[in-house]
Amino acid sequence: MSDAIVEYRGISKFFAGIRALENVDFACSPGSIHAILGENGAGKSTLIKIMSGVLQPDAGEIRLEGKPVTFPTPDAANRAGIVCMFQELSLIPDLSVADNISISDPPRRFGLIDSRAQIARAEDLLARVRCEDVDPRSLVRELSLSRRQMVEIAKALGRKPKVLILDEATSALTSRDVQTVYDLLAELKDEGVASLFISHRMHEVDALCDTLAVFRNGQHIETFAKGEKSEREIVHLMIGRDVEAQFPPKPPLKSPEERGKPLLKVQGLKWETKLNGVDLSVCRGEIVGLGGLDGQGQKELLLALFGALRDVDGEVTIGNRKGIPSSPAGAKSAATRMALVPEDRKTEGLMLGMPISDNLLAASYGKISRGPFIDPALARHAVEDGLKKLQIKIGSASDPVMTLSGGNQQKVVIAKWLMIDPDIILLNDPTRGIDVGTKQEIYRLMRELANEGKAILFYSSDYAELIGCCDRVSVLYGGRVVSEQEGDDITEESLVAASLNIDVEAA
Amino acid sequence: MRGTNLKRWLLQNVGFGTALLLLAVLYISYNMMHPRGFSSAVAVQNANETAAIAFVAMAQTLPVLLGGLDLSVGAVMTLTSCIASHLVSGSPAQILLGMVLTLLSGTAFGLMNGLIVVYGRIQPIIATLATGAVAVGLALLVRPKPGGDVDGDLNWALTNSVFDFADTYGLADGGNAWWLRPIANVPVPVILVALIAILVWVPFRRSVTGRTVYAIGSAEGPAFMSGLPIHRAKIAAFTMGGFFAACGGLYLAIQTSSGNADIQQAGAYTLNSIAAVVLGGTSLLGGIGSAIGSIVGAMILRVISFYFRILDIDPLLQPLIEGVVLLVAVSFGAFRTLRVKNKLDLFR
Repeated sequence: MSDAIVEYRGISKFFAGIRALENVDFACSPGSIHAILGENGAGKSTLIKIMSGVLQPDAGEIRLEGKPVTFPTPDAANRAGIVCMFQELSLIPDLSVADNISISDPPRRFGLIDSRAQIARAEDLLARVRCEDVDPRSLVRELSLSRRQMVEIAKALGRKPKVLILDEATSALTSRDVQTVYDLLAELKDEGVASLFISHRMHEVDALCDTLAVFRNGQHIETFAKGEKSEREIVHLMIGRDVEAQFPPKPPLKSPEERGKPLLKVQGLKWETKLNGVDLSVCRGEIVGLGGLDGQGQKELLLALFGALRDVDGEVTIGNRKGIPSSPAGAKSAATRMALVPEDRKTEGLMLGMPISDNLLAASYGKISRGPFIDPALARHAVEDGLKKLQIKIGSASDPVMTLSGGNQQKVVIAKWLMIDPDIILLNDPTRGIDVGTKQEIYRLMRELANEGKAILFYSSDYAELIGCCDRVSVLYGGRVVSEQEGDDITEESLVAASLNIDVEAA
Repeated sequence: MRGTNLKRWLLQNVGFGTALLLLAVLYISYNMMHPRGFSSAVAVQNANETAAIAFVAMAQTLPVLLGGLDLSVGAVMTLTSCIASHLVSGSPAQILLGMVLTLLSGTAFGLMNGLIVVYGRIQPIIATLATGAVAVGLALLVRPKPGGDVDGDLNWALTNSVFDFADTYGLADGGNAWWLRPIANVPVPVILVALIAILVWVPFRRSVTGRTVYAIGSAEGPAFMSGLPIHRAKIAAFTMGGFFAACGGLYLAIQTSSGNADIQQAGAYTLNSIAAVVLGGTSLLGGIGSAIGSIVGAMILRVISFYFRILDIDPLLQPLIEGVVLLVAVSFGAFRTLRVKNKLDLFR
């Protein structure tokens, strides 16, 4: 493809030995809108981060208009005409809209920023995205999320892109704004701009894009023109991988009567824009999976249940007790006995510099103290128990926890929570970034805990895990449950289709 | 339209607006209580006592806007005042050269701070704790005993009203010079602080580098993703801090006609500069505020101390009252945390 505007040749990228992209060839031509599809961890975001100068490839070559290029910084990519709008907005909250739109290259007079020209420029660009209602003098932090996203688009436009990358750019927009963005992309296409569009909304991809590229497991699987393949075929392309892990056998599926009364029941849970009325229930002895693509509210749901969010609306019943715990300390108390294994063990799960023993004990000091003092003998016993139960391989319990491997670190987090003997265990992607052996141990442990009568709510970004581990799965999309599946009905096809909120049977 | 613009400006600058109002109330009532209130003599005396801390507060503003702290500003002021006590004397050309060298030395010290923070990857607070001690050490070498001979005319000219300044250098034309009349009674230090603010701070704020300083303090990730010159802005912020601190040191030397490597004074100026910055509406989290606000904050701190003189309050109470005022002022900033919806965000 010599007419390509951007071309990847054999691009690879590894993170700590784990493949994010491997030997990827990819190209897009001017005047096209290119969709990039793939499930979580398929390498989509690594692909665009390399293109926009945030990451450097470990191997391979990028060509821009036929010439090899490297982008050491986002600035370098911008100057070359590659403009990226990231999911996490790139706006500065305390600066004005006009400042933000012309942030790195404002109009100048006598070397200083010409604020009047800057406001005029912002007004022009805002008019182009039909946001005349946004005052360029207001601060970005005063705007709603959807307005911010439009400002972000205006900012990208102002940089006169040759290649425009939109990563989930429409996720927070109102339908009127989405139409504006569609029109705009069509306009840009006529002007010869190449757009790369990452979206989890199939109907948007359908309405907008002319070319589709599917990524899976760090590899570019196929690129084809729109209409060449059905939705069902596309879903197949996105899955189709080897199952790496072995799962412990599941008990036969119970009927609702056999399960009994739910231990955790959630009705109409709402928080900010992230949760829009979640309904689900978990009974003793079962593992309920949370499915869906990243960022559909799974993380917020778990945090809300654990009392880490403020102003959560909706009804939560835990046992016979109504109401959401007011704080993590309340969640783990005797009344609810809840545990949360958080998403990021390094920032939310562990105190990295502290000894393994202190980390293990961090949630259960009440159990090992006499009066205000920690009883060293009880503490030592508790630590030994925890280490044995999860078979954590360590040198000494007084070593800092950061000296452990990722898998063992995660086991420390889990062991910490098992020490409070929880009834309800919330797991936020507990196997992310750990080795296959440890993953299997965690699966086994989860099943054992369920068999002991605990209720487990398990979010995983890996569909194979949901299929292998869960009795039931609730798939979240846009902050609500769009599909509930159980037993043998949980399949890759059904999960992927539900996470894109499309109906494969109908397609 | 004008009305809505003013309203928006007030909403966006609540901290600064409050500080300005507080200063106006405090200073006007001070003058009403003072037996010789609203006179040029009182204004001159007040301005002399405020100029150095105003400069040092401006110096502190830039690191704070980045989201850091500079613990060396008071020490750099002390060091430069000791340097000035050697250099600012002799012929007019020598005096001028001495002033330029003094300002350059402070600026260079600030540049060094910036380079250490950026390329040494050390947090500003600890880097400047160390370099601040170095600055005091150098000051002791430069001026082991208090003293020095700063030019007497210059001392008189810069610590009185504009009329006296003009008179000293034969520009006054008996008080009839056209340019002099409207500002004859304005204290010279007020003019100096205003000039530095207008000639240095205002252009800086309107440069891409200056904007980057705000962007870093507000959200460093997006600032990087937007392709802003992050390293340059950080280095520039500390360099400007050094320059403003040197302005403070130079003024202090001229005002006292001498230099004094006073360790306690250096520490007190640093702490007061942080208080002034916060009082002036700059967020310690970075991204919000301005050096002009810090000047106002410094003035508030000084006016509070003026009250002790006219009200005959025991000076021993002064730290207590200043502490309470500061505590009340910073409490306003804590309201932000009531709006945080994700409690984990409180720890980030």
